Amino acid sequence: MMLRINNLKVNYGGIEAVKGISFTVPEKSIVTLIGANGAGKSTTLRTIAGLVKPQSGNIEFLGEDITGKGAADIVSHGITMVPEGRKIFPDLTVLENLKIGAYLRKDDLTDDLNLVFDLFPRLKERSWQHGGTLSGGEQQMLAVGRALMSRPKLMMMDEPSLGLAPLIVRNIFEIIQEINKQGVTILLIEQNANMALKVADIGYVLETGRITLSGTGAELLADEGVKAAYLGAKAK
Amino acid sequence: MEFLNTNLPYILAGISVGGQYALIAIGYTMVYGILRLINFAHGDIFMVAGFAMVYLSATLPLYISIPLTIIITVLLGFAVERMAYKPLRTAPRMSIMISAIGVSYLLQNCAWYITSGLAKQYPTIPWISESISIGTATTKIVTVITPILTIVLVIALVILIKYTKIGMAMRAMAKDFETSQLMGVKINSVISFTFIIGSFLAAIGSLLYFTNYATVTPIAGAMPGLKAFVAAVFGGIGSIPGAVIGAFIIGICENIIRMFGWTTFSDAFTFALLIIILVAKPTGLFGEKSTDKV
Repeated sequence: MMLRINNLKVNYGGIEAVKGISFTVPEKSIVTLIGANGAGKSTTLRTIAGLVKPQSGNIEFLGEDITGKGAADIVSHGITMVPEGRKIFPDLTVLENLKIGAYLRKDDLTDDLNLVFDLFPRLKERSWQHGGTLSGGEQQMLAVGRALMSRPKLMMMDEPSLGLAPLIVRNIFEIIQEINKQGVTILLIEQNANMALKVADIGYVLETGRITLSGTGAELLADEGVKAAYLGAKAK
Repeated sequence: MEFLNTNLPYILAGISVGGQYALIAIGYTMVYGILRLINFAHGDIFMVAGFAMVYLSATLPLYISIPLTIIITVLLGFAVERMAYKPLRTAPRMSIMISAIGVSYLLQNCAWYITSGLAKQYPTIPWISESISIGTATTKIVTVITPILTIVLVIALVILIKYTKIGMAMRAMAKDFETSQLMGVKINSVISFTFIIGSFLAAIGSLLYFTNYATVTPIAGAMPGLKAFVAAVFGGIGSIPGAVIGAFIIGICENIIRMFGWTTFSDAFTFALLIIILVAKPTGLFGEKSTDKV
Protein backbone atom coordinates (compact mmCIF):
# COMPACT_ATOMS: atom_id res chain seq x y z
CA MET A 1 0.00 0.00 0.00
CA MET A 2 1.37 3.41 -0.93
CA LEU A 3 -0.46 5.61 1.55
CA ARG A 4 -2.21 4.44 4.69
CA ILE A 5 -4.22 6.83 6.87
CA ASN A 6 -5.04 5.51 10.34
CA ASN A 7 -7.75 7.05 12.52
CA LEU A 8 -6.69 10.58 11.61
CA LYS A 9 -8.14 13.42 13.70
CA VAL A 10 -7.44 17.04 12.79
CA ASN A 11 -8.59 20.29 14.37
CA TYR A 12 -8.83 23.20 12.02
CA GLY A 13 -9.98 26.69 12.91
CA GLY A 14 -11.03 25.57 16.40
CA ILE A 15 -13.30 22.74 15.28
CA GLU A 16 -12.64 19.06 14.74
CA ALA A 17 -12.71 19.05 10.94
CA VAL A 18 -11.57 15.45 10.53
CA LYS A 19 -12.99 13.04 13.11
CA GLY A 20 -10.96 9.88 12.87
CA ILE A 21 -10.79 8.72 9.28
CA SER A 22 -8.93 5.72 7.89
CA PHE A 23 -8.32 4.98 4.24
CA THR A 24 -5.66 3.61 1.93
CA VAL A 25 -4.27 4.55 -1.45
CA PRO A 26 -2.85 1.61 -3.44
CA GLU A 27 0.17 2.15 -5.66
CA LYS A 28 -0.49 3.46 -9.21
CA SER A 29 -4.21 3.98 -8.53
CA ILE A 30 -6.50 6.99 -8.73
CA VAL A 31 -8.31 7.49 -5.44
CA THR A 32 -10.88 10.17 -4.82
CA LEU A 33 -12.45 11.65 -1.72
CA ILE A 34 -15.80 13.22 -2.46
CA GLY A 35 -18.08 15.16 -0.18
CA ALA A 36 -19.80 18.47 0.36
CA ASN A 37 -18.11 21.73 1.27
CA GLY A 38 -16.73 21.53 4.81
CA ALA A 39 -16.71 17.73 4.93
CA GLY A 40 -12.99 17.78 5.76
CA LYS A 41 -11.56 16.90 2.34
CA SER A 42 -9.15 19.81 2.09
CA THR A 43 -8.07 19.47 5.70
CA THR A 44 -7.22 15.81 5.07
CA LEU A 45 -5.00 16.68 2.10
CA ARG A 46 -3.39 19.61 3.90
CA THR A 47 -2.56 17.32 6.81
CA ILE A 48 -0.96 14.72 4.53
CA ALA A 49 1.01 17.55 2.84
CA GLY A 50 2.38 18.64 6.23
CA LEU A 51 0.72 22.07 6.30
CA VAL A 52 -1.49 21.13 9.26
CA LYS A 53 -0.51 18.97 12.23
CA PRO A 54 -3.00 16.24 13.16
CA GLN A 55 -4.45 15.84 16.65
CA SER A 56 -4.01 12.09 16.60
CA GLY A 57 -3.78 9.15 14.25
CA ASN A 58 -1.00 8.47 11.81
CA ILE A 59 -0.04 8.71 8.17
CA GLU A 60 2.14 6.03 6.62
CA PHE A 61 3.77 6.48 3.22
CA LEU A 62 5.52 3.47 1.63
CA GLY A 63 5.78 1.87 5.03
CA GLU A 64 7.30 4.93 6.72
CA ASP A 65 5.50 6.98 9.35
CA ILE A 66 5.37 10.57 8.06
CA THR A 67 2.88 11.95 10.61
CA GLY A 68 3.62 15.53 11.66
CA LYS A 69 6.58 16.06 9.34
CA GLY A 70 7.08 19.51 7.80
CA ALA A 71 5.86 20.33 4.30
CA ALA A 72 9.34 20.46 2.73
CA ASP A 73 10.17 17.07 4.24
CA ILE A 74 6.97 15.56 2.84
CA VAL A 75 7.88 16.80 -0.66
CA SER A 76 11.26 15.11 -0.38
CA HIS A 77 9.44 11.82 0.38
CA GLY A 78 7.74 12.02 -3.04
CA ILE A 79 4.37 13.52 -2.18
CA THR A 80 3.28 16.67 -3.96
CA MET A 81 0.10 18.70 -3.90
CA VAL A 82 -1.70 20.80 -6.48
CA PRO A 83 -3.41 23.26 -4.14
CA GLU A 84 -6.96 24.48 -4.36
CA GLY A 85 -7.27 27.55 -6.55
CA ARG A 86 -4.02 26.56 -8.33
CA LYS A 87 -1.89 29.06 -6.37
CA ILE A 88 0.66 29.60 -9.09
CA PHE A 89 3.18 32.37 -8.37
CA PRO A 90 1.91 35.36 -10.38
CA ASP A 91 5.21 37.30 -10.38
CA LEU A 92 7.36 34.36 -11.44
CA THR A 93 7.61 33.39 -15.09
CA VAL A 94 6.03 30.15 -16.28
CA LEU A 95 9.50 28.61 -16.46
CA GLU A 96 10.34 29.76 -12.92
CA ASN A 97 7.04 28.39 -11.66
CA LEU A 98 8.07 25.01 -13.06
CA LYS A 99 11.59 25.28 -11.67
CA ILE A 100 10.41 26.11 -8.18
CA GLY A 101 8.38 22.89 -8.31
CA ALA A 102 11.74 21.09 -8.41
CA TYR A 103 13.16 23.21 -5.58
CA LEU A 104 14.56 20.28 -3.60
CA ARG A 105 16.15 18.58 -6.58
CA LYS A 106 19.76 19.22 -7.46
CA ASP A 107 19.98 17.22 -10.71
CA ASP A 108 19.34 18.34 -14.27
CA LEU A 109 15.77 19.41 -15.03
CA THR A 110 15.85 19.33 -18.84
CA ASP A 111 14.09 15.96 -19.20
CA ASP A 112 11.37 16.89 -16.75
CA LEU A 113 10.78 20.26 -18.39
CA ASN A 114 10.45 18.53 -21.76
CA LEU A 115 8.01 16.05 -20.25
CA VAL A 116 5.84 18.86 -18.90
CA PHE A 117 6.05 20.79 -22.18
CA ASP A 118 5.00 17.63 -24.09
CA LEU A 119 2.01 17.29 -21.80
CA PHE A 120 1.17 21.02 -21.99
CA PRO A 121 2.52 22.60 -25.20
CA ARG A 122 0.81 25.86 -24.22
CA LEU A 123 3.23 26.27 -21.33
CA LYS A 124 6.23 26.05 -23.64
CA GLU A 125 4.86 28.83 -25.83
CA ARG A 126 4.38 30.97 -22.75
CA SER A 127 7.43 30.02 -20.72
CA TRP A 128 8.64 33.63 -20.50
CA GLN A 129 5.29 35.09 -19.51
CA HIS A 130 4.47 35.81 -15.90
CA GLY A 131 2.29 33.15 -14.31
CA GLY A 132 -0.35 35.75 -13.44
CA THR A 133 -1.02 36.50 -17.12
CA LEU A 134 -2.24 32.96 -17.91
CA SER A 135 -5.90 32.02 -18.19
CA GLY A 136 -7.53 29.86 -15.51
CA GLY A 137 -7.13 26.65 -17.50
CA GLU A 138 -3.49 27.42 -18.32
CA GLN A 139 -2.83 28.19 -14.67
CA GLN A 140 -4.25 24.78 -13.74
CA MET A 141 -1.94 23.16 -16.30
CA LEU A 142 0.96 25.11 -14.82
CA ALA A 143 0.02 24.01 -11.31
CA VAL A 144 -0.06 20.37 -12.43
CA GLY A 145 3.21 20.76 -14.37
CA ARG A 146 4.83 22.44 -11.37
CA ALA A 147 3.79 19.53 -9.14
CA LEU A 148 5.22 17.00 -11.61
CA MET A 149 8.61 18.75 -11.52
CA SER A 150 9.32 17.27 -8.08
CA ARG A 151 9.10 13.77 -9.66
CA PRO A 152 6.33 12.74 -7.28
CA LYS A 153 5.28 9.21 -6.44
CA LEU A 154 1.95 10.51 -5.13
CA MET A 155 0.22 13.59 -6.50
CA MET A 156 -2.61 15.05 -4.45
CA MET A 157 -5.04 17.38 -6.16
CA ASP A 158 -7.41 19.74 -4.37
CA GLU A 159 -10.42 20.60 -6.51
CA PRO A 160 -8.69 20.76 -9.90
CA SER A 161 -11.96 21.53 -11.70
CA LEU A 162 -12.82 24.54 -9.53
CA GLY A 163 -13.85 27.56 -11.59
CA LEU A 164 -12.96 26.06 -14.96
CA ALA A 165 -15.13 25.69 -18.07
CA PRO A 166 -16.52 22.15 -18.66
CA LEU A 167 -14.37 21.58 -21.73
CA ILE A 168 -11.21 22.45 -19.83
CA VAL A 169 -12.31 20.29 -16.90
CA ARG A 170 -12.57 17.32 -19.24
CA ASN A 171 -9.12 18.15 -20.59
CA ILE A 172 -7.66 18.30 -17.07
CA PHE A 173 -9.17 14.91 -16.19
CA GLU A 174 -7.69 13.36 -19.32
CA ILE A 175 -4.32 14.72 -18.26
CA ILE A 176 -4.80 13.27 -14.77
CA GLN A 177 -5.40 9.83 -16.29
CA GLU A 178 -2.39 10.26 -18.57
CA ILE A 179 -0.14 11.16 -15.61
CA ASN A 180 -1.50 8.16 -13.73
CA LYS A 181 -0.64 5.88 -16.67
CA GLN A 182 2.93 7.15 -16.46
CA GLY A 183 3.08 5.68 -12.96
CA VAL A 184 2.10 8.50 -10.61
CA THR A 185 -0.48 7.62 -7.96
CA ILE A 186 -3.27 10.20 -7.70
CA LEU A 187 -5.27 11.26 -4.65
CA LEU A 188 -7.99 13.59 -5.81
CA ILE A 189 -10.63 15.56 -3.96
CA GLU A 190 -13.51 17.01 -5.88
CA GLN A 191 -16.90 18.55 -5.52
CA ASN A 192 -17.49 17.52 -9.11
CA ALA A 193 -18.17 13.97 -7.89
CA ASN A 194 -19.43 12.68 -11.23
CA MET A 195 -16.18 13.47 -13.03
CA ALA A 196 -13.98 12.27 -10.17
CA LEU A 197 -15.76 8.92 -9.73
CA LYS A 198 -15.59 8.22 -13.45
CA VAL A 199 -11.79 8.27 -13.43
CA ALA A 200 -11.26 6.86 -9.93
CA ASP A 201 -10.34 3.26 -9.08
CA ILE A 202 -11.47 3.78 -5.49
CA GLY A 203 -13.72 6.41 -3.98
CA TYR A 204 -14.48 7.45 -0.42
CA VAL A 205 -17.43 9.58 0.64
CA LEU A 206 -16.63 12.06 3.41
CA GLU A 207 -19.41 13.58 5.51
CA THR A 208 -18.71 16.08 8.31
CA GLY A 209 -15.30 14.63 9.05
CA ARG A 210 -16.15 10.94 8.74
CA ILE A 211 -15.97 8.40 5.92
CA THR A 212 -19.48 7.11 5.42
CA LEU A 213 -19.09 5.05 2.27
CA SER A 214 -16.39 3.55 0.10
CA GLY A 215 -16.14 1.46 -3.02
CA THR A 216 -14.83 1.45 -6.54
CA GLY A 217 -15.61 4.50 -8.66
CA ALA A 218 -18.24 2.59 -10.61
CA GLU A 219 -19.93 1.25 -7.47
CA LEU A 220 -20.25 4.71 -5.98
CA LEU A 221 -21.52 6.15 -9.26
CA ALA A 222 -24.32 3.57 -9.17
CA ASP A 223 -25.10 4.04 -5.46
CA GLU A 224 -28.53 5.60 -4.88
CA GLY A 225 -27.42 7.55 -1.81
CA VAL A 226 -24.43 9.01 -3.63
CA LYS A 227 -26.57 9.83 -6.64
CA ALA A 228 -29.05 11.72 -4.52
CA ALA A 229 -26.51 13.57 -2.41
CA TYR A 230 -23.60 14.35 -4.75
CA LEU A 231 -24.44 13.69 -8.36
CA GLY A 232 -27.83 15.41 -8.38
CA ALA A 233 -28.77 17.02 -11.64
CA LYS A 234 -25.31 16.42 -13.10
CA ALA A 235 -25.97 12.66 -13.38
CA LYS A 236 -29.17 13.07 -15.32
CA MET B 1 28.99 76.90 -13.22
CA GLU B 2 29.66 79.30 -10.38
CA PHE B 3 26.61 77.82 -8.59
CA LEU B 4 27.93 74.31 -9.05
CA ASN B 5 31.38 75.25 -7.80
CA THR B 6 30.10 76.62 -4.52
CA ASN B 7 27.54 73.91 -3.94
CA LEU B 8 29.32 70.80 -5.15
CA PRO B 9 30.30 69.70 -1.62
CA TYR B 10 26.63 69.62 -0.60
CA ILE B 11 25.59 67.62 -3.62
CA LEU B 12 28.44 65.16 -3.13
CA ALA B 13 27.55 64.80 0.54
CA GLY B 14 23.92 64.27 -0.44
CA ILE B 15 24.76 61.44 -2.82
CA SER B 16 27.02 59.86 -0.22
CA VAL B 17 24.45 60.06 2.59
CA GLY B 18 21.89 58.70 0.15
CA GLY B 19 24.08 55.65 -0.41
CA GLN B 20 24.39 55.08 3.34
CA TYR B 21 20.61 55.33 3.80
CA ALA B 22 20.15 52.96 0.86
CA LEU B 23 22.28 50.27 2.46
CA ILE B 24 20.12 50.42 5.60
CA ALA B 25 16.84 50.82 3.71
CA ILE B 26 17.36 47.55 1.81
CA GLY B 27 17.24 45.66 5.12
CA TYR B 28 13.88 47.23 5.98
CA THR B 29 12.37 46.67 2.59
CA MET B 30 13.52 43.05 2.14
CA VAL B 31 12.25 41.96 5.53
CA TYR B 32 8.98 43.74 4.88
CA GLY B 33 8.70 42.15 1.44
CA ILE B 34 8.86 38.66 2.90
CA LEU B 35 7.46 38.91 6.43
CA ARG B 36 5.32 42.08 6.17
CA LEU B 37 7.23 43.13 9.28
CA ILE B 38 8.78 46.53 9.90
CA ASN B 39 11.95 45.50 11.67
CA PHE B 40 12.31 48.37 14.13
CA ALA B 41 15.51 46.84 15.49
CA HIS B 42 17.30 47.29 12.17
CA GLY B 43 18.63 50.78 12.99
CA ASP B 44 19.99 49.46 16.29
CA ILE B 45 21.73 46.57 14.58
CA PHE B 46 23.42 49.27 12.51
CA MET B 47 24.41 51.03 15.76
CA VAL B 48 25.82 47.80 17.26
CA ALA B 49 27.92 47.40 14.11
CA GLY B 50 29.37 50.85 14.90
CA PHE B 51 30.30 49.87 18.47
CA ALA B 52 31.61 46.48 17.39
CA MET B 53 34.06 48.31 15.14
CA VAL B 54 35.05 50.74 17.94
CA TYR B 55 35.86 47.95 20.41
CA LEU B 56 37.39 45.51 17.94
CA SER B 57 39.68 48.04 16.30
CA ALA B 58 40.99 49.07 19.73
CA THR B 59 42.87 45.79 19.98
CA LEU B 60 42.89 44.29 16.51
CA PRO B 61 44.29 45.51 13.20
CA LEU B 62 41.75 46.82 10.68
CA TYR B 63 42.06 43.91 8.27
CA ILE B 64 40.72 41.67 11.05
CA SER B 65 38.36 44.06 12.83
CA ILE B 66 36.44 45.07 9.69
CA PRO B 67 35.50 41.51 8.61
CA LEU B 68 34.87 40.58 12.24
CA THR B 69 32.50 43.56 12.61
CA ILE B 70 30.58 42.40 9.55
CA ILE B 71 30.39 38.83 10.89
CA ILE B 72 29.18 39.95 14.32
CA THR B 73 26.50 42.17 12.78
CA VAL B 74 25.30 39.35 10.53
CA LEU B 75 25.16 36.94 13.49
CA LEU B 76 23.24 39.51 15.52
CA GLY B 77 20.66 39.98 12.74
CA PHE B 78 20.31 36.20 12.44
CA ALA B 79 19.96 35.74 16.22
CA VAL B 80 17.37 38.51 16.58
CA GLU B 81 15.21 36.84 13.93
CA ARG B 82 15.54 33.38 15.48
CA MET B 83 14.88 34.51 19.05
CA ALA B 84 12.42 37.39 18.73
CA TYR B 85 10.52 36.84 15.46
CA LYS B 86 10.56 33.14 14.58
CA PRO B 87 8.64 32.01 17.70
CA LEU B 88 5.89 34.47 16.66
CA ARG B 89 5.56 33.23 13.09
CA THR B 90 1.90 32.32 13.45
CA ALA B 91 1.04 35.11 15.88
CA PRO B 92 -0.84 38.24 14.74
CA ARG B 93 1.40 40.69 12.89
CA MET B 94 1.06 43.27 15.67
CA SER B 95 2.77 40.95 18.18
CA ILE B 96 5.85 40.58 16.04
CA MET B 97 6.01 44.39 15.53
CA ILE B 98 5.93 44.87 19.29
CA SER B 99 8.66 42.26 19.64
CA ALA B 100 10.72 44.28 17.13
CA ILE B 101 10.27 47.46 19.17
CA GLY B 102 11.34 45.48 22.24
CA VAL B 103 14.53 44.29 20.55
CA SER B 104 15.26 47.86 19.47
CA TYR B 105 15.15 49.14 23.06
CA LEU B 106 17.01 46.08 24.36
CA LEU B 107 19.93 46.74 22.01
CA GLN B 108 19.97 50.46 22.86
CA ASN B 109 19.91 49.77 26.59
CA CYS B 110 22.67 47.18 26.35
CA ALA B 111 24.73 49.75 24.48
CA TRP B 112 24.06 52.37 27.22
CA TYR B 113 25.12 49.86 29.83
CA ILE B 114 28.37 48.90 28.11
CA THR B 115 29.42 52.41 27.09
CA SER B 116 27.92 54.31 30.07
CA GLY B 117 26.23 56.45 27.42
CA LEU B 118 29.44 58.12 26.35
CA ALA B 119 30.09 58.81 22.69
CA LYS B 120 32.94 56.67 21.40
CA GLN B 121 35.46 57.82 18.87
CA TYR B 122 35.11 55.84 15.65
CA PRO B 123 38.44 54.53 14.35
CA THR B 124 39.93 56.21 11.33
CA ILE B 125 40.00 53.83 8.43
CA PRO B 126 43.01 54.87 6.34
CA TRP B 127 42.63 55.65 2.64
CA ILE B 128 38.84 56.17 2.71
CA SER B 129 39.30 58.90 5.36
CA GLU B 130 41.81 60.80 3.25
CA SER B 131 40.86 64.00 1.51
CA ILE B 132 40.38 64.31 -2.19
CA SER B 133 39.51 67.31 -4.34
CA ILE B 134 36.89 67.10 -7.02
CA GLY B 135 36.76 70.29 -9.05
CA THR B 136 36.73 73.02 -6.46
CA ALA B 137 35.38 70.82 -3.68
CA THR B 138 37.46 69.01 -1.11
CA THR B 139 35.93 65.95 0.49
CA LYS B 140 36.84 62.58 1.99
CA ILE B 141 37.36 59.62 -0.32
CA VAL B 142 34.54 57.82 1.53
CA THR B 143 32.08 60.34 0.09
CA VAL B 144 32.97 59.22 -3.40
CA ILE B 145 33.30 55.52 -2.56
CA THR B 146 29.90 55.24 -0.84
CA PRO B 147 27.58 55.68 -3.83
CA ILE B 148 29.78 53.48 -6.03
CA LEU B 149 29.95 50.69 -3.45
CA THR B 150 26.20 51.01 -2.82
CA ILE B 151 25.38 50.62 -6.49
CA VAL B 152 27.72 47.63 -6.90
CA LEU B 153 26.12 45.91 -3.89
CA VAL B 154 22.60 46.68 -5.11
CA ILE B 155 23.37 45.23 -8.55
CA ALA B 156 24.81 42.09 -6.92
CA LEU B 157 21.68 41.80 -4.77
CA VAL B 158 19.32 42.24 -7.72
CA ILE B 159 21.22 39.50 -9.62
CA LEU B 160 20.99 37.24 -6.57
CA ILE B 161 17.24 37.75 -6.30
CA LYS B 162 16.55 37.43 -10.01
CA TYR B 163 18.82 34.58 -11.03
CA THR B 164 19.49 32.28 -8.08
CA LYS B 165 17.39 29.53 -6.58
CA ILE B 166 17.18 31.17 -3.17
CA GLY B 167 16.28 34.46 -4.85
CA MET B 168 13.44 32.69 -6.64
CA ALA B 169 12.29 31.26 -3.31
CA MET B 170 12.34 34.77 -1.81
CA ARG B 171 10.16 36.11 -4.61
CA ALA B 172 7.78 33.18 -4.26
CA MET B 173 7.55 33.61 -0.49
CA ALA B 174 6.83 37.32 -0.83
CA LYS B 175 3.56 36.26 -2.48
CA ASP B 176 2.58 33.01 -0.80
CA PHE B 177 4.20 31.24 2.16
CA GLU B 178 2.05 28.14 2.09
CA THR B 179 2.44 27.28 -1.57
CA SER B 180 6.19 27.93 -1.28
CA GLN B 181 6.26 25.31 1.47
CA LEU B 182 4.42 22.88 -0.78
CA MET B 183 7.25 23.32 -3.30
CA GLY B 184 9.74 22.20 -0.66
CA VAL B 185 11.03 25.69 0.22
CA LYS B 186 12.31 25.73 3.81
CA ILE B 187 10.81 29.04 4.77
CA ASN B 188 12.82 29.51 7.97
CA SER B 189 16.12 29.22 6.11
CA VAL B 190 15.01 31.74 3.50
CA ILE B 191 13.87 34.18 6.20
CA SER B 192 17.19 33.80 8.03
CA PHE B 193 19.02 34.41 4.77
CA THR B 194 17.02 37.63 4.28
CA PHE B 195 18.06 38.91 7.71
CA ILE B 196 21.67 37.95 7.00
CA ILE B 197 21.72 40.01 3.79
CA GLY B 198 20.01 42.95 5.50
CA SER B 199 22.48 42.93 8.40
CA PHE B 200 25.46 42.53 6.08
CA LEU B 201 24.44 45.64 4.14
CA ALA B 202 23.77 47.53 7.39
CA ALA B 203 27.30 46.63 8.57
CA ILE B 204 28.82 48.00 5.37
CA GLY B 205 26.60 51.06 5.75
CA SER B 206 27.83 51.60 9.32
CA LEU B 207 31.48 51.50 8.23
CA LEU B 208 30.80 54.23 5.69
CA TYR B 209 28.45 56.28 7.86
CA PHE B 210 30.51 56.41 11.04
CA THR B 211 33.72 57.13 9.12
CA ASN B 212 31.94 60.31 8.08
CA TYR B 213 30.51 61.19 11.51
CA ALA B 214 33.44 60.15 13.72
CA THR B 215 31.51 59.16 16.88
CA VAL B 216 29.10 56.38 17.88
CA THR B 217 26.45 56.72 20.61
CA PRO B 218 23.82 54.21 21.76
CA ILE B 219 21.14 56.16 19.90
CA ALA B 220 23.27 56.64 16.78
CA GLY B 221 21.17 54.08 14.92
CA ALA B 222 17.84 55.79 15.54
CA MET B 223 18.06 58.71 13.14
CA PRO B 224 19.69 57.01 10.12
CA GLY B 225 17.41 54.02 10.79
CA LEU B 226 14.29 56.18 10.71
CA LYS B 227 15.42 58.02 7.60
CA ALA B 228 16.20 54.77 5.82
CA PHE B 229 12.74 53.59 6.84
CA VAL B 230 11.22 56.73 5.32
CA ALA B 231 13.28 56.07 2.19
CA ALA B 232 11.87 52.53 2.00
CA VAL B 233 8.31 53.82 2.40
CA PHE B 234 8.95 56.57 -0.14
CA GLY B 235 10.21 54.06 -2.71
CA GLY B 236 7.37 51.66 -1.96
CA ILE B 237 8.16 49.31 0.92
CA GLY B 238 8.93 45.81 -0.32
CA SER B 239 10.70 47.11 -3.44
CA ILE B 240 14.52 47.12 -3.50
CA PRO B 241 15.00 49.58 -6.37
CA GLY B 242 12.36 51.75 -4.70
CA ALA B 243 14.28 51.82 -1.42
CA VAL B 244 17.54 52.71 -3.15
CA ILE B 245 16.04 55.51 -5.22
CA GLY B 246 14.10 56.78 -2.20
CA ALA B 247 17.30 56.82 -0.14
CA PHE B 248 19.26 58.81 -2.72
CA ILE B 249 16.41 61.31 -3.12
CA ILE B 250 16.18 61.86 0.64
CA GLY B 251 19.96 62.14 1.05
CA ILE B 252 20.27 64.66 -1.75
CA CYS B 253 17.23 66.71 -0.69
CA GLU B 254 18.48 66.96 2.90
CA ASN B 255 21.78 68.37 1.72
CA ILE B 256 20.20 70.75 -0.75
CA ILE B 257 18.22 72.14 2.18
CA ARG B 258 21.50 72.54 4.08
CA MET B 259 22.94 74.26 1.06
CA PHE B 260 20.29 76.97 1.36
CA GLY B 261 21.25 77.43 4.99
CA TRP B 262 18.20 75.72 6.51
CA THR B 263 20.19 72.99 8.25
CA THR B 264 17.79 73.05 11.22
CA PHE B 265 14.98 71.87 9.00
CA SER B 266 16.77 69.08 7.16
CA ASP B 267 15.48 66.32 9.49
CA ALA B 268 12.02 67.83 9.60
CA PHE B 269 11.96 67.74 5.82
CA THR B 270 12.38 63.94 5.78
CA PHE B 271 9.49 63.36 8.13
CA ALA B 272 7.28 65.91 6.44
CA LEU B 273 7.99 63.96 3.27
CA LEU B 274 6.86 60.76 5.02
CA ILE B 275 3.53 62.35 5.93
CA ILE B 276 3.04 63.68 2.40
CA ILE B 277 3.74 60.24 0.87
CA LEU B 278 1.41 58.47 3.26
CA VAL B 279 -1.35 60.91 2.36
CA ALA B 280 -0.76 61.23 -1.37
CA LYS B 281 0.61 57.84 -2.44
CA PRO B 282 0.66 55.32 0.42
CA THR B 283 2.19 52.62 -1.79
CA GLY B 284 5.23 54.78 -2.62
CA LEU B 285 7.00 55.07 -5.95
CA PHE B 286 7.26 51.36 -6.78
CA GLY B 287 5.02 49.72 -4.18
CA GLU B 288 2.46 47.02 -4.87
CA LYS B 289 -1.18 48.04 -4.87
CA SER B 290 -2.20 45.89 -1.94
CA THR B 291 -0.03 45.50 1.12
CA ASP B 292 -2.10 42.63 2.43
CA LYS B 293 -0.76 39.18 1.94
CA VAL B 294 -2.83 36.87 -0.21
